Amino acid sequence: MYVAVKGGERAIDNAHRLLADTRRGDRAVPELTLDQISEQLALGVDRVMSEGSLYDRELAALAIKQARGDLIEAIFLVRAFRATLPRFGASEPVDTGAMAIQRRISSTFKDIPGGQILGPTFDYTHRLLDPQLAGSCDPAEPASAEASDAPTPRVTDILRQDGLIEDSPVAADDAPVGDLTREPLNFPADRDLRLQNLARADEGFLLALGYSTQRGYGRNHPFAGEIRFGEVDVYFEAEDAGFAVPLGSIALTECQMVNQFKGSATEAPRFTRGYGLAFGQSERKAMSMALVDRALRASELGEDVKAPAQDEEFVMSHSDNVQATGFVEHLKLPHYVDFQSELGLLRKLRADFEQAAPQMQEAAE
Amino acid sequence: MIEASYNFAYLDEQTKRMIRRAILKAIAIPGYQVPFASREMPMPYGWGTGGVQVTASILGPDDTLKVIDQGSDDTTNAISIRKFFAKTAGVATTTSTPAASVIQTRHRIPETTLHEGQVLVYQVPIPEPLRFLEPRETETRRMHALAEYGLMHVKLYEDIAKFGHIATSYAYPVKVAGRYVMDPSPTPKFDNPKMNDCAALQLFGAGREKRIYAIPPYTQVVSLDFEDHPFTRYRQNAPCALCGAEDSYLDEIVTDDRGGRMFVCSDTDYCEGRRAQGHTGTESAPMEAADA
Repeated sequence: MYVAVKGGERAIDNAHRLLADTRRGDRAVPELTLDQISEQLALGVDRVMSEGSLYDRELAALAIKQARGDLIEAIFLVRAFRATLPRFGASEPVDTGAMAIQRRISSTFKDIPGGQILGPTFDYTHRLLDPQLAGSCDPAEPASAEASDAPTPRVTDILRQDGLIEDSPVAADDAPVGDLTREPLNFPADRDLRLQNLARADEGFLLALGYSTQRGYGRNHPFAGEIRFGEVDVYFEAEDAGFAVPLGSIALTECQMVNQFKGSATEAPRFTRGYGLAFGQSERKAMSMALVDRALRASELGEDVKAPAQDEEFVMSHSDNVQATGFVEHLKLPHYVDFQSELGLLRKLRADFEQAAPQMQEAAE
Repeated sequence: MIEASYNFAYLDEQTKRMIRRAILKAIAIPGYQVPFASREMPMPYGWGTGGVQVTASILGPDDTLKVIDQGSDDTTNAISIRKFFAKTAGVATTTSTPAASVIQTRHRIPETTLHEGQVLVYQVPIPEPLRFLEPRETETRRMHALAEYGLMHVKLYEDIAKFGHIATSYAYPVKVAGRYVMDPSPTPKFDNPKMNDCAALQLFGAGREKRIYAIPPYTQVVSLDFEDHPFTRYRQNAPCALCGAEDSYLDEIVTDDRGGRMFVCSDTDYCEGRRAQGHTGTESAPMEAADA
């Protein structure tokens, strides 16, 4: 009779075996390789690297394979691994102005120094399912030209020369680099920690929040000043060497939003900024992040804080999909004990109600 | 590819030091929620990542670990966490409450009285007792700083006005060492009195919310109440069907689809211990046969 809580150990082992088998699927179908995932599901890999906060294509591809394509589960796997890695220090700030650009667009100027470069984008494709892709296909070689060595200054830097946009805050050289994975978060949080939180945040959550600002919930009149994607070098100031040594390059997507801002009696009107940055080619993420970053600056810029996207505690406390999925899904765990207490309470309340009912009836009459 | 190799009890020593500092601070300020830089663990948030990090930080090679969930050593999550430490720390594990030096728990305090030198590690989902009255951390931290707990008393009073008694059956708030109001984690209020003047060290870890708090041994823990509406424990009005215990918290087991119910100890170790001593309940005969 009393079997309800026995046998858990075998059940778990068998569930894991079944999961491994289900993950593999039909053995007649060739198994995915990590290279295939990394090369052909590259944007999924980029997302897992971004929200997993770990720049490693191979591990991200492994996580996607292990997670059966569930990207949040893959992000979780990467995060759990990352948490065990030692921390040597922080790199020098990367110079996105010196990016080896693969794509660069501005919606604020028709032409910009260095030119607009469409690069690999879905933007102007017709979303028609392509039956050719169902089989194997061998697309034409891409068009190519000599790489340009013309400088590609950031659009916001051009605006800044005329004083039309606020300065980007520059941290002091010896200012500590905030890291919410190493220090507990306190509110109100500084913008560096907010940006770190947003960079790790769930793409869908930021997309919805960014969208809500466009629909009037904390509207801030954004323009996509510039979106650029390409490779940047990472330098690390090694104390022993006494100078910054190059560690390698990483692919980044950067979005600089240009937003409206009314001036005040003491300040001339000028544009304000929202900033987004993500690993790999992650434009939706970088743009959403920039919208939410700008929205979260509401109180700093003297705006009313009324909309969810402007509410720092609300946004930062709920943006992390690993935390969110954990707490939502933990409802699957047993709650017998609490439920038992609630049953007891409910029965007592119902008994009290039954007892009181005739008197209440009388009182009403 | 990097071969995964992990430190003793999974966490690196730097992280353990950080967590130990938070634990020491928590012990120094009983009931106060100490923020700590919680790590992603290899199990999901909500599965006990806070408790697991606390356990990982205090565990030594000579410890004996017991893990319970809902009072039972055999629930899936308890098994999973016990296996995790057996694998990553190689420590001895036990289901016996007196034999354990560290007990990690979700939702229960063992029935067997804890002794000196033991540590009880609670898994905590929402560490802030005021959270459902005030959603903002900035506000609740201020309220704790000023010991401004009027809101909680108003809530309890409103319960009495509405229902005639305090309608909180688990996660029932307590005041620790006369200062901080604390959430005991979602244990049934039946367990609250066990926290008071307890010989063991009680540590609470909330991973997702990044908080650690503590009750040092022999600390006064009082369940909030009013003079004319004192705190009462709740227990199902039945003996355990397996061991006949009249003093243990019970699980209700649905035995058929015609309203059949049976009550058994939620603390499986306590129940097994009593049965080993020869105690019986109404349903115990077939059980003993199965055990033999």
